[in-house]
Amino acid sequence: MSHSRRTMLLETGADLIVPTVMVFSLYLLFAGHNQPGGGFIAGLVAGAGLAVRTLAADPDGEPEPVWASESLMGLGLLLATATAIASWFAGGQLLESGSVVWNLPILGKVKIFSVLAFDMGVFLVVVGLVVAVLNGLGTSVENEGDVAGTQPR
Amino acid sequence: MRVLIALPILIPMTASAITLLTMRTGRLQRAVSIGASAATLAASVALLVRIEAEGVTAVGVGGWAPDVGIALVADLFACLLLVVSHIAIFSVLVYSVGHPRTRDSGTVFHPLYLAMTAGVSLAFLTGDLFNLFVAFEILLTASYALLTLGGRREQIRPAMTYIVISLVASLLFITAIGLIYAATGTVNLAKLAVELEQLPGDVRTALGLLLLVVFGTKAAVFPLFFWLPDSYPTAPSPVSAVFAGLLTKVGVYAIIRSQTLLFPRDEPWWLLSIVAGTTMFIGVLGAVAQQDMKRILSFHIVSQIGYMIMGVALFSVAGVAAAIFYLMHHIPVKTSLFLLEGIVEQTAGSSRLDRVSGIARSRPVVAALFMIVAMSLAGIPPLSGFIGKFALLQASVEDDQWIIVVVALVVSILTLFSMTKIWNAVFWGQPSTGLAPLASNVDSHRSMLAATAGLVMLTLAIAAGAGPLYDLSERAATDLLIRGPYLDAIFSL
Repeated sequence: MSHSRRTMLLETGADLIVPTVMVFSLYLLFAGHNQPGGGFIAGLVAGAGLAVRTLAADPDGEPEPVWASESLMGLGLLLATATAIASWFAGGQLLESGSVVWNLPILGKVKIFSVLAFDMGVFLVVVGLVVAVLNGLGTSVENEGDVAGTQPR
Repeated sequence: MRVLIALPILIPMTASAITLLTMRTGRLQRAVSIGASAATLAASVALLVRIEAEGVTAVGVGGWAPDVGIALVADLFACLLLVVSHIAIFSVLVYSVGHPRTRDSGTVFHPLYLAMTAGVSLAFLTGDLFNLFVAFEILLTASYALLTLGGRREQIRPAMTYIVISLVASLLFITAIGLIYAATGTVNLAKLAVELEQLPGDVRTALGLLLLVVFGTKAAVFPLFFWLPDSYPTAPSPVSAVFAGLLTKVGVYAIIRSQTLLFPRDEPWWLLSIVAGTTMFIGVLGAVAQQDMKRILSFHIVSQIGYMIMGVALFSVAGVAAAIFYLMHHIPVKTSLFLLEGIVEQTAGSSRLDRVSGIARSRPVVAALFMIVAMSLAGIPPLSGFIGKFALLQASVEDDQWIIVVVALVVSILTLFSMTKIWNAVFWGQPSTGLAPLASNVDSHRSMLAATAGLVMLTLAIAAGAGPLYDLSERAATDLLIRGPYLDAIFSL
């Protein structure tokens, strides 16, 4: 594809949009335990950011670094199941939530729920899946080892 | 108990994460996968033993009350299916390790397979309608990727049909849940059982029918089965085997659970009887017309679903018990038939009836195993299929459902006919020449054959232990129909 077919609007827009979207997705992640948000939504928003970035990337330029999508998904799922199991060791039911209150320097009093770890796990799974899809897009189906695209070329 | 009941879901889910992280190790990944599957099976057996002794048990996830949170409920019905399913899942996993096409299609197989396993466990154990939706989504999403494993061109088009149909069914399911929640204000199965009785009769019927359409699509009953015979045969054999043995059966499980718990009846339901009769008849007609072993077997999945529905439609202890027994017999039989087909395809390079012949001479053990399960599927005594069908027929006669009895007998004969068709073409005659085997790795054949033989032995064991197993099915059916123990278990949380 020739260089001239890329649009400057999208490139410049992506530079502005992507960081904002990423920060917003982090906000959703942390707000999730008792406000609209949560790991799944945050992951989707972050995934949308990554998609914009992929679309705006120069197809002739340096290839994007290959993201290890399967590791992202694996770590996320492991974090989520570990959080679920951890509450057994704390003497509660499966997935029961606990909370701690910390006094942090700038933020002041912060109440952290154990659900946050679960949400982070979900976040990683969703982001990993989006990355896998983005890696897989454009690869031909025939003669390709893996249709799900989770195997980076 | 609070730990044990969640283990069949948590072990495969955690293992799925670990196999994702060990994707580049090959051998380690396979070891984790098989180990986790064996552990899940062990946990299911332990759960069955406990539930058999202690009765229905429920656990509130997250320590929430059942009207806010999700309840996991283990009763005899769920546990019996859990154990049989995990035996099949474990066997197919051992088989897949030796199956070249699965092995070559990438290491993504194991995480997907384990995620699907977790979905199956969750579907059996959940006591919450919305959570049942989640369980279906987990196993379906994994199945979308498994079905297209290897990404051959001929797989993609039928897989599209499969995905679109599944998504439409899921959409209907979520709509049904929305309507049910709007009408009753709860999605907990026990609360629903109570609340639905307060609704006007026609609203109740409408909701019941909507759920029947949803689960009927997943279970592939007539007229909602058309997606199945097209899509299943294109996947690698272990994937077809586990889909054939399990996925539609989760739909049957959901039909039995929802219809007995939420929409109880005292008399046989004519609509479900008609569905059962047409499903088995149309399914077997489709099978008779096919010229490919894998496609014949796929149509038989549809036909066999009819028998299970036939038992449920009676809404009597004998009928539901026979349906449960039939489910337990069907899962290993159907799975091993597809596994045997995989070995035939591996040996002869094809599964078309006109291209393969003489397997009985080149692989006598495979032929013997096929004979056992094929006769069991057709219902020849003294195999497990005969006992299942006999129980179904007896229950139908008790309720004077003569038409369905006749249909079931005719379908049995046609089943026998199409099984002999496979036998004559594929197993008898001179070994086919000219077709090069796909691969002649003796070790891989050994693990495939061992796994299949194990499952066939299980079907023989079911026939041998039919007495106690039938008693268990009867107890499970009684629990389902009187509903009390299930409701008490959730309400006492």
